[in-house]
Amino acid sequence: MWEYTDKLKEHFFNPRNVGEIKHPDGVGEVGSLACGDALRLTFKLDESGRIKDAKFKTFGCASAIATSSVLTEMIKGLTLDEAAEVTNKDIADYLGGLPEQKMHCSVMGREALEAAIENYKGGGKKKHELHGNVVCTCFGVTDKEIERVIHENNLTTVDEVTNYCKAGGGCGGCRGEIEKIVEKIQGDKVKEIPVTVPRRAGKLTNIHKIQLIQQTINEQIRPALRTHGGNIELIDVEGNKVVVAFRGMCAQCRLTEFTMKDVVEAKLKEFVSDELFVEEDKDSAQQSHNHRE
Amino acid sequence: MKTIYFDNNATTKMAEEVLEQMKPLFCELYGNPSSMHTFGGQIGIRIRQAREQVASLLGCEPSEIIFTSGGTESDNAAIKGALAAQPHRRKIITTRVEHPAVLTVCRELESHGYAVVELGVDKYGRLDLAELEEQIDDDTALVTIMYANNETGVMFPIDKITELTADRGVVFHTDGVQVVGKIPLNLARSNIDLLSLSGHKLHGPKGVGVLYVRKGTRMSPFIVGGHQEAGRRAGTENVPSIVGLGKACELAAGNIKQENDKVKYLRDKLEKAILEKCPDSMLNGDKENRLPNTANISFEYIEGEAILLMLDKYGICASSGSACTSGSLEPSHVLRAMGVPFTAAHGSIRFSLSRYNTEEEVDYTIEKMPPIVNHLRELSPFVAK
Repeated sequence: MWEYTDKLKEHFFNPRNVGEIKHPDGVGEVGSLACGDALRLTFKLDESGRIKDAKFKTFGCASAIATSSVLTEMIKGLTLDEAAEVTNKDIADYLGGLPEQKMHCSVMGREALEAAIENYKGGGKKKHELHGNVVCTCFGVTDKEIERVIHENNLTTVDEVTNYCKAGGGCGGCRGEIEKIVEKIQGDKVKEIPVTVPRRAGKLTNIHKIQLIQQTINEQIRPALRTHGGNIELIDVEGNKVVVAFRGMCAQCRLTEFTMKDVVEAKLKEFVSDELFVEEDKDSAQQSHNHRE
Repeated sequence: MKTIYFDNNATTKMAEEVLEQMKPLFCELYGNPSSMHTFGGQIGIRIRQAREQVASLLGCEPSEIIFTSGGTESDNAAIKGALAAQPHRRKIITTRVEHPAVLTVCRELESHGYAVVELGVDKYGRLDLAELEEQIDDDTALVTIMYANNETGVMFPIDKITELTADRGVVFHTDGVQVVGKIPLNLARSNIDLLSLSGHKLHGPKGVGVLYVRKGTRMSPFIVGGHQEAGRRAGTENVPSIVGLGKACELAAGNIKQENDKVKYLRDKLEKAILEKCPDSMLNGDKENRLPNTANISFEYIEGEAILLMLDKYGICASSGSACTSGSLEPSHVLRAMGVPFTAAHGSIRFSLSRYNTEEEVDYTIEKMPPIVNHLRELSPFVAK
C-alpha cells in the first residue's frame, strides 16, 4: 500500500475544480489511456491576464487525481508568467510529498499546465507537441523532457528518472541512453559516486569471448525483452561479428525492435569488447510471434 | 468500520480451529520431532497426522507430501529439483501467465542455458494444447503450468495437459496454490507429478506449504542439510504451522462442495450485478472454466488504484491488475498476455471470495460499486458528459 499524505487523500476523495471550462482560454492535454494516466486541464483568464478559473479531468490513480486537483488550486490567481514557473516539485511539496514512484504524477501536472499555456499562446489552436527526440518509445518521453526532470529535481540515477517521467519503465531498452543523459547533466555529481568501470577481460580467447557474449545477452538484454514477450538468441560469432535473432516481439514493441540491435551492440561493447558489432540473422527474422493476438 | 474481505487470492483469514490446534505447539509441546526423548518424539505423531490430513485432501499417499515454507519454495524446489535430476534435458515449457514464483524461476534458468518456452494464451486466458503438444520434444525436462490463475481464476485443462506429458514421459509440475481447497482433487488418479500448495491460501497459516511429489518422480532436494522430510527438504520442521496446515486441509476437505457452491453463488451474484449496474465493464477470463471464488472485472476509462482506494474507504478489500498498484509502470502481465486492451487492464479489479464472506457483504459491495465507478468517470477525460 502506498503511503499517501492526508492532504493527498483529502484531495483524492474531494477533488476541487473537476470538469471542463466552456470556451477556455487554454487547454492542455497530456498522457494517454495506454500510459495509465492522462490529464486534461482548462483555464480561463480575467481582464488582467490572471488565471480566473481552472478545471481538470484526470484518468489515473489517487495521486494523479490529487495532483491535478491541487494544481488547479495553485494556479488560480497567477499570471501566465507566474504559472509557467510552477515546477513538479512545487506540486509535490504542496501535497506534503509524494511516494518516489508516484513523482511522475506531479510531472504530468506540470506538463499539462505548460501545454495549456502553450495552447493559449498559440491562439487556442496549438496542440501540445513533443519537444526533442523520443528516447523512451514505450511511454513516448523525449530527451528534452528527461533533461528537464533531471534539472528540476536534481536526479542522479536512471531509476529516479523512471519514477519522475516513466522513461525507461517499459521494456527498459532506453535505460542506457537515459544514463548517458544523466551523466551529461550531472557529470560532476555522478562522478562523486564511485562509477564502476566496465570490468572487461584483457585479451579474450574465442571461447571466453563467446561465453561472455552469451552471459551478457542472458543477464543484460534478455530480461527486458522477456517482459514484452520477446526473446533474443545468439546465433553465431564470427570474429567480431555477433549474429543474433529476435523472437516473438509483440506489435506494440515494433518500434523498439528497430533500436534493439543498437542496444544489444552497446551492451556487448560495454561488457565484452569495444570491437564487437551486431548483425541480425536474416533467416530467422521471419519467425512468427510467440503469442497469439 | 467492518472489513469486507474480497482479496482471498492474496491471502485468507486463518480458521479459528486452525489456531486452536497450533496453540499448544509453541510453549508447551515445543520439542523437536527428531529428538530421542518422548517429549520431542511425541511431536512426530502430530506431523504424521498433518501429513495424512493433507494427503487426504489431495487424494494421494502421505509419503508423497513434503512440507515446505510455502508456495514459492515449493515452486522453486519442484522446478529446480526436477531439472537437477535429469541433467541431460535442457528445455522447460511454461506459460506467460504463471505466477512470478514460477515465471521468474524459469527466466533465471534460461539465463543459465535452459531453453524456456512460454506458451501464450488467447483473449479468454486459454492455452492452445496443440501448441503445447508441438513443443514437447525429447529435450523437454519439465512442463510447468498453473492449475488456476491467481488473477483471473481461469483454470487450465490439467487432465488433458497431463495426458500429453505422460505420453511423452515428461515431468509435469503444477502450481496448485489457488485450487487446493477450492476444487476437489484426486492426485492418485491424475498424471500430475509435482504440485505446489500454500497454507495461507486455504485458511491455514502463512509460511508453510507443501510440495506433492508423485511416487517414482526423480527429484533432487532443493534444501540440503538434514534428514527431515525423508531427506527431501532439510531443516527442523515448522511444527505449529505444519499442524495448522493439516487442520486447514481437514476443514477444506470437510465440505468442499457445499462451501464452494455457496462461494460460487456469492461470486456470481456480485459479478452479475456489477456488470449490469456499471456500464462499460467487462469480465476478464474464461467464464466457464474458472475458480468458483474469483471475479476479475475491468472498468473502462478509470484506473484500478483509484477504485481500490474508494472501496477501501468503505472497508472493502480487493486488488487490481493496474500498473499503479504494483509500483511498476505496466499493468498485469496476465491481462497483457490475454491481449486485454491497456484501457481495460489499467481499470481491472479482482474480487476473490472465501467461505467467510456473506450475502450482506456482497449486497453492500453491489450498492457501493456503481457510484464509485460513476464518480471516477466524472473525473475522467475519456468519458464524454
